[in-house]
Amino acid sequence: MILHRRHLLTALPAGLLLTGCDALTRNSTAKAVIGAGEQATYRWQRLVGRDGLAREFAASDISPTFKINGTHEPTNPEWQQLAAGQFADWRLKVTGLVQRELALTLPQLRALPQRTQITRHDCVEGWSAIGQWTGPQLAPILKAAGLQGGARYIVFLCADDYGGEASKGGLQSASRYYESVDLVDAFHPQTILAHSLNNQPLGTGHGAPLRLRVERQLGYKQAKYLMQIVIADSLAPFGGGKGGYWPDRGYEWYAGT
Amino acid sequence: MATAAPSLSNLRPDPRIVLRHHWLVRLTHWLNAIAIIILLMTGLNIFGAHPRLYWGDAGSVDQRDRLWLETGASPPWRNPTGWIDIAGTRFDTTGLIGVSQSPKGTTSFVAFPHWATLPSGRDLATARTWHFFFAWVIILNGLAWLLYGLFSGRLWREILPKRAQLTRAHLWHDFVEHLKLNFPKGEAALSYEVLQRFAYAGVTLLLIPTVILTGLAMSPGMDAAWPWLDQLWGGRQSARSVHFIAMAGIAGFLLLHLALVVLSGPFRQIGAMITGRLTIGGDK
Repeated sequence: MILHRRHLLTALPAGLLLTGCDALTRNSTAKAVIGAGEQATYRWQRLVGRDGLAREFAASDISPTFKINGTHEPTNPEWQQLAAGQFADWRLKVTGLVQRELALTLPQLRALPQRTQITRHDCVEGWSAIGQWTGPQLAPILKAAGLQGGARYIVFLCADDYGGEASKGGLQSASRYYESVDLVDAFHPQTILAHSLNNQPLGTGHGAPLRLRVERQLGYKQAKYLMQIVIADSLAPFGGGKGGYWPDRGYEWYAGT
Repeated sequence: MATAAPSLSNLRPDPRIVLRHHWLVRLTHWLNAIAIIILLMTGLNIFGAHPRLYWGDAGSVDQRDRLWLETGASPPWRNPTGWIDIAGTRFDTTGLIGVSQSPKGTTSFVAFPHWATLPSGRDLATARTWHFFFAWVIILNGLAWLLYGLFSGRLWREILPKRAQLTRAHLWHDFVEHLKLNFPKGEAALSYEVLQRFAYAGVTLLLIPTVILTGLAMSPGMDAAWPWLDQLWGGRQSARSVHFIAMAGIAGFLLLHLALVVLSGPFRQIGAMITGRLTIGGDK
């Protein structure tokens, strides 16, 4: 009986602590403190691995199927119309803090020096798939546009509207997908604008006609259905202001995690 | 002239109070306790986002040949069965894994029940930010403890098993004493017994470093910075599997540790880990 009472006495504070934690996860001050972890991770990885290269695999490592996640097909009429025309009228616009705006066609992007890389795609959910991506590096395109002095972020605007997920917190309404990276990742040699997966033009589910590959970060950073690249000095004007569709919903903006 | 004082402690009457735990040990112990509980609970929430484990670099629902652990639920949906598959063997875990009761009393299809996860409901984003914050806590806290242990010599004196303890007879004796719930009394309580040393050394020097390194190996940014990280485990998905297995080891230690604290006198033991002072002697 004494043992039983002692059990209760030790279990009680533990129980209170845990119910308290659930409430704490919704407290804004606690969120700010906990968010310091992401900043620490970002700075640490920039310190030890600024120029590190993601591992590139052999053709025999390519996953038999590459899971389609997020949007499977954009419902946006503009994208639908472009897809119906085999993306002949599609242009990748490069705007914002640039010396000169660009509007690139698919043949123009394919005419640039190409990079092919077999890399591992890591979904935030926990799974991984290996695929071979081909496309021009982002760096020469940014150089062609010429960044202005205040440029800090490269923002990728997409064609797909994605629905909120109540269980994941943050903004709940469906909204336009977007993502952003800092200049270190933008000018990284493995950061490419891929038009092909495993030697095939990108399928509808994988982000036709063009998607971002930023190989040192998680899957949700690999924005699909690219329409426009905006060079910016702040992330505040875009979406919910956190730099991406999922970051607006509580996920890390820096997803090198 | 005063003569050299004879060992004063021998002259003190029992019971006496001994400074058992250095302040740094107490601080790191409790920080570690908080960090481990939150890491375990947020980790179980994160696992729920993709309740499958694989071997190798890659693995997803499309690659079942690499799958070795999975949780889920099966019909009839009016009365579903929760299960866990481990290496091809299915265990019915209805009520605990795969199918459990939500706080509202409705059926929930999460991998681990609400009382075992943080946040209690499915919330990958929040679970991740908390997990990574306390990952920093456990790393920095562990480094502080390790440096103190190395420089004070406590690591050898208190944590690693002593050579003299490593005889078969001694190990068997300690095992039997644990089974009988005979805990060291008097002076003997001031030094850890051999099984206790194995447990503490195993958790602090093996399991915790393993969860840290496998955790880092799941980070695409760290894998690019340190390419040996994921290859050390045979790939990122293998690292995720080992992370889960080491977590289970730590959870097992935690339960055993709590049970033994409760059985060996919780007020005295917890008090000693808070104030540093342990009362010895005066045992019946």
